[in-house]
Amino acid sequence: MAHKVVMPQMGESIAEGTIVKWHKQVGDKVQRDETLFEISTDKVDAEIPSPASGVLAEIQVAEGQTVAVQTVVALIAQEGEKLERAAAPAPEPTGQAAKAEPQQEPAQQAESAQRRPERAQAQPAQETEQPSGVLSLEAARRQRSSPLVRRMAKEHGVDISGLQGSGIDGRVTKQDLLDYLERGPAPAAVPSAPQVARAGLEAKTEPMSVMRKKIAEHMVAARRTAAHVHSVFEVDFTAVAELRQRIKQEFEQRTGAKLTYLPFVIRAMCEALRELPVVGAHLDGDNVVYPGEVNVGMAVALDWGLIVPVIRQAERKSLAQIAATAKDLADRARAKKLKPEEVQGANISITNPGGYGDLFGLPIIPLGTSAILGMGSIQPRPAVVDGALAVRTRGHLALSYDHRLIDGAVAHAFMARIKTILENFEAHLVLSA
Amino acid sequence: MDGPTGASMTSYIEAIREALIEEMDRDPSVVLLGEDIGLYGGAFKLSAGLRDRFGAERVIDTPIAESAIVGAAVGAALAGLRPVAELQFIDFIANGYNQVVNMAAKLRPRFDQAVPLVLRGPSGGGVAAGPFHSQNVEVPFVHAGLTVVAPATAADAKGLLLAAIRSPDPVLYLEHKKLYRSIKEELPPGDPLVPIGKAALRRGGDDLAIITYGAMVHLALEAAARLEHEDEVDSSVLDLRTLHPLDTAAILERVQRCGRVVLLHEDGRTAGLAGELAALIAEQAFEYLDAPLLRVTAPDGPVPYAADLERSFLPQLEDLLAAARRLLEY
Repeated sequence: MAHKVVMPQMGESIAEGTIVKWHKQVGDKVQRDETLFEISTDKVDAEIPSPASGVLAEIQVAEGQTVAVQTVVALIAQEGEKLERAAAPAPEPTGQAAKAEPQQEPAQQAESAQRRPERAQAQPAQETEQPSGVLSLEAARRQRSSPLVRRMAKEHGVDISGLQGSGIDGRVTKQDLLDYLERGPAPAAVPSAPQVARAGLEAKTEPMSVMRKKIAEHMVAARRTAAHVHSVFEVDFTAVAELRQRIKQEFEQRTGAKLTYLPFVIRAMCEALRELPVVGAHLDGDNVVYPGEVNVGMAVALDWGLIVPVIRQAERKSLAQIAATAKDLADRARAKKLKPEEVQGANISITNPGGYGDLFGLPIIPLGTSAILGMGSIQPRPAVVDGALAVRTRGHLALSYDHRLIDGAVAHAFMARIKTILENFEAHLVLSA
Repeated sequence: MDGPTGASMTSYIEAIREALIEEMDRDPSVVLLGEDIGLYGGAFKLSAGLRDRFGAERVIDTPIAESAIVGAAVGAALAGLRPVAELQFIDFIANGYNQVVNMAAKLRPRFDQAVPLVLRGPSGGGVAAGPFHSQNVEVPFVHAGLTVVAPATAADAKGLLLAAIRSPDPVLYLEHKKLYRSIKEELPPGDPLVPIGKAALRRGGDDLAIITYGAMVHLALEAAARLEHEDEVDSSVLDLRTLHPLDTAAILERVQRCGRVVLLHEDGRTAGLAGELAALIAEQAFEYLDAPLLRVTAPDGPVPYAADLERSFLPQLEDLLAAARRLLEY
């Protein structure tokens, strides 16, 4: 019985996903857990492992198509199993730039056709018999060209779908790509200013990536849903900084991860949530849902967008474990190796763009949660200590919270608790060991 | 006939004969066996006079029984001789299949046992000899793991036969009957030995690569000349020479350089060697392919007897040109 591969649910509120890339073609052997395809949803570009071993028998949703979660996107057959709706026998019409080709052009073949019908030909293409959801031959040639051209395009960061192709069916050939790289994008109707003056400011229009579209939709929906209120606290990180200085060498040696301020803040946040669990709850219809654990969504900036993997049950983790988990998730996020369950189930989030040096930001509360803590940059600043001017390591923490559920007093108590914990971190560590 | 340097030209069949004579002179353990090779001098006169020169014990006429020919050759090799067994037409090797595949080819992998024999015979078509005298038999023996060579030039015919005779392992040596007297070359000076397992780039050129062997090498060179003249396209021709083990490095180098490849052989299409080459290239050089892998082969089925039917069956220049042009405009 063929195994159905479905579009996975990447997050509670996520209803659909887009197939970005099939890593296997029909007819390929697949191992369980081997990467089968790549999807893009609201916030995640993820590589999806195969749920079963066997042979990829059918692809039902093509690259670029968006379907609801749980939709069957492919079928994996046992080796040797035959499906009723098997693809045409000789060439696989998967639309890959592979062996299938259309019938001979009449002009060229006129002479030889009468004597030698098909000897020099590759298998004739199944132009009209594509199973639904699979790229047609022409579309495959235009969008996917050849492996060589794809590789060259990737190396140069060029999207070939924007180029004019001179090959069969408008395929972008190697020469087309080389010509394009030499001369740059075709001049638009706008008269171009001298190239030097416009360096970095070229006028262009490019389509939004799937991830960008999803981020756009999500951000607007999130802002519209929660009643966003913001509370900013300034925290003295001097004690934490000193502790960090002392232990960071050994920490790095032991765990392989750098010790940043993030795990300290997450720890403090978990502690504060024990006392004010409503900050980690969310609204579901008319109910307030308390998850009973602290799953911290940690925003990770990617070259191509943004993703929020989740540190699960952070309240049970030590500082070292939080740091190690955070590093692992961030690394795998950048390598597109996150599993669907790893971007689901956050009940509070944290974002740390402080590396850029901002004072503080006012982040948007991710859908399905009620609060997000934004960290500003942490640096030496002048402060008043015991009536005198001193230099202390300080930073701002900005809580965005949903006023439908969390009132100001609660939010402030929460932040005050975090501040106290961070400013007395070692004592806190000892007490909670 | 004299060649460009004044040295004499050697035909393909003469080159084979030269190799046999030189080795039999050099090494008394080399013996020949086959049908009609002694008294008659061979169906193509390749071994004429050798029985007189080396004696009946070293040039042995056998019964018409290929299983016995190959079986005796295996036995002789195990007993310390270096037999060169002829299949009068290589098509007849089918009758000796068991001895080749289950004896000769398996003694080394199973018992680390040397079997220094050569099986040679005229293969291929294009001489209106009909279905049992025109076959290309390489595929089942490549699959069985036997070393298989197919020279396309007189120099290689000599050099590969020397290498085959000297090899401690069994070698299937596929000479092409159409080339016997139709090509003549000046054999190059120096060591004539051609290593087994190395392809030869007959013609360089980065626009397209034609990978082939045997008589088809000459068709490929002709097509390359036409493509240069008519299409201003610079194509390369890789002569595999050894069909097993393949010179994978040479094959992949061509794919990486050219990106467009025609796989050409005289053998039939289904499960022909071009399929193995295509799989190899797709597995190991996928990112360098700029166009699909095209095969130019005979169709499946028996080689026709009538000359004009045979012409429309075996790959011709127009077929190769059509495939090449299809790739170039992809």
